Amino acid sequence: MIDVKAIPAVKASPWNDPNVRPYVRLERLTKSFGDFKAVDDISLNIYKGEIFCLLGASGCGKTTLLRMLGGFETPTSGRIFIDGDDMTGVPPYERPVNMMFQSYALFPHMNVEENVAFGLKQDRVAKHEIAERVATMLELVKLGGFAKRKPHQLSGGQRQRVALARSLVKRPKLLLLDEPLGALDKKLREHTQFELISLQDKLGVTFVVVTHDQEEAMTLASRIGVMDHGEIVQAGTPTEIYEFPSSKFVADFVGSVNIFEGKLTEDEPQYVRIASEELGATIYVSHGISAAPDATVWAAVRPEKIYMSTEPPDGTDNTVRGAVQDIAYLGDLSIYLVKLPTGKIVRVTRPNTSRHAEAITWDQQVYLSWDASSPVVVTR
Amino acid sequence: MTGRGLVVVLPYLWLLLFFVVPFAIVLKISFSDVDLAIPPYKPLWEWTGKNALAIKVNFNNYVFLFTDSLYIKALLNSLKVAFFSSLLCLIIGYPMAYGIARARPALRNVLLLLVILPFWTSLLLRVYAWIGLLKANGVINNVLIWLGIIHEPLTMLYTPFAMYVGIVYSYLPFLILPLYANLEKMDWQLLEAAEDLGCRPWQAFYKITLPLSRNGMLAGSMLVFIPAVGEFVIPALLGGPNALMIGRVLWDEFFSNRAWPVASAVAILLLILLVPFMMWYQSVQSNESAGSK
Repeated sequence: MIDVKAIPAVKASPWNDPNVRPYVRLERLTKSFGDFKAVDDISLNIYKGEIFCLLGASGCGKTTLLRMLGGFETPTSGRIFIDGDDMTGVPPYERPVNMMFQSYALFPHMNVEENVAFGLKQDRVAKHEIAERVATMLELVKLGGFAKRKPHQLSGGQRQRVALARSLVKRPKLLLLDEPLGALDKKLREHTQFELISLQDKLGVTFVVVTHDQEEAMTLASRIGVMDHGEIVQAGTPTEIYEFPSSKFVADFVGSVNIFEGKLTEDEPQYVRIASEELGATIYVSHGISAAPDATVWAAVRPEKIYMSTEPPDGTDNTVRGAVQDIAYLGDLSIYLVKLPTGKIVRVTRPNTSRHAEAITWDQQVYLSWDASSPVVVTR
Repeated sequence: MTGRGLVVVLPYLWLLLFFVVPFAIVLKISFSDVDLAIPPYKPLWEWTGKNALAIKVNFNNYVFLFTDSLYIKALLNSLKVAFFSSLLCLIIGYPMAYGIARARPALRNVLLLLVILPFWTSLLLRVYAWIGLLKANGVINNVLIWLGIIHEPLTMLYTPFAMYVGIVYSYLPFLILPLYANLEKMDWQLLEAAEDLGCRPWQAFYKITLPLSRNGMLAGSMLVFIPAVGEFVIPALLGGPNALMIGRVLWDEFFSNRAWPVASAVAILLLILLVPFMMWYQSVQSNESAGSK
């Protein structure tokens, strides 16, 4: 029987606790294809019960990293430890790891039941136990009535759940998911995201998910590792990644952002001032940063943290004027593109809280402002 | 007539002219009596007197096929040879088709070209070339003697061995191509999935690749088996006088004995025998295209 009694998933933050031993440990992992380094010297700890998302654009090395965890690629250098065991050279069929493939890779000549039972049969699990575990698993993914169907008789969402059941039924220590929701349409994807989280919560299996969809990563992940050019440029909780990006790349890749280049003019422990030609104004930030004086820095302001008004706001800091150039009405919110006198386009989003909101319309002159705590200052 | 109608009619017209009509003629001859005339058989119907038509349907040719054991023996032997040729082609061709399907795309086209290359020369020439290779003072014997492996030339030509070599060599591409087409469509990620679930590579091959290529194997084997049953040239040239194949019997009846009616009966019988295999092949093919969703 699969123990579906809730095993407490990581609600605490084991990555902040030096006494917790990491469950998966990557040590200076590198994979080269010829001259090209797909994965470049990655060291990473993943903790038991986590959903760790590798987020990045295509070609950033996230899939190669996942395939190394699964044993389908041999690292050029570095080591992989899972639950304390060195798995670096262990072939896929001997790893306590299962993978859910992007294409699902269901065996077309076997029905749902046979697909799910495949791995257990391979391990020579007793017949009655196989039947029991497969049935429980199919119930869990809500496919109880589909056991005898062939994969081509199922919808995309059902196939996805068969693939999930097949990879979970062996009770792996680590489940790897390659773009698990990529082939589903938007509505189904949202629904499945929450199902996936509750399933993971029930089974307590550690997940590593590869995705290029930041929304998917934000919803699923306990932590996100943002990848670029074979490196993890930042790893942290979704909030950390979104609110405290460590670089222009991360700020820009996760969500949308306005980035203003400028020079540090005042650098105090309590605050900094940045003179930005691009913005045509000075940015006042209410926290100190560590950068050389006169250094070029970038201030990143999220579109939803910018206030837009037709009347001049109080105070003079962090305020600019501009003209509305474009409006995109998305229903729940609207996106405004405001052109500053300097030519810079600033993106602002406003929730449509009222059905008859005061109309800010095309070509209108508006004031943009933001709180001193809103900008994130990055030095690269 | 519309272009659309023409497209439909033309192939039917072609089949009617070059398949149905000749077949009807052969069928007609098979029910005729042999005669010393040109053509060497009696007409099936005759006008007797003024308004009477006499139709003489003669089943003797068919009865004869079952009374003289030669024909049944030849038929059984042909089936046996065709079966083992298909099997040998499968054993040799599967690894080749698999290798081509898994090769780099650039190399794949070169390998496919090499498979098709022999078709650029006539079959007859290639079979003659095998005579040159296999005969007592042929290339193979000479090389083996020169290497000191043997001291007396081996008798290879005019043996069943030579016949099998010829048939397998000639028909191998017919097995490789459909099997390749089948394997090439396969999602290789299935093998990774199988390994992920605990299969060693050979187990993954046995449990995934082999069952999924079943239709390709069947189609390829049928393409070897069906023509090999009626094969005439290769047994005649390489198999020697003792190679009793139904194709040769037919040839002998037709050209040596001028027994056109018996030869036609043999042809019809062979056709009836092969129809189930052809239908099987057809159903495998349509399964293949239906299953590749």
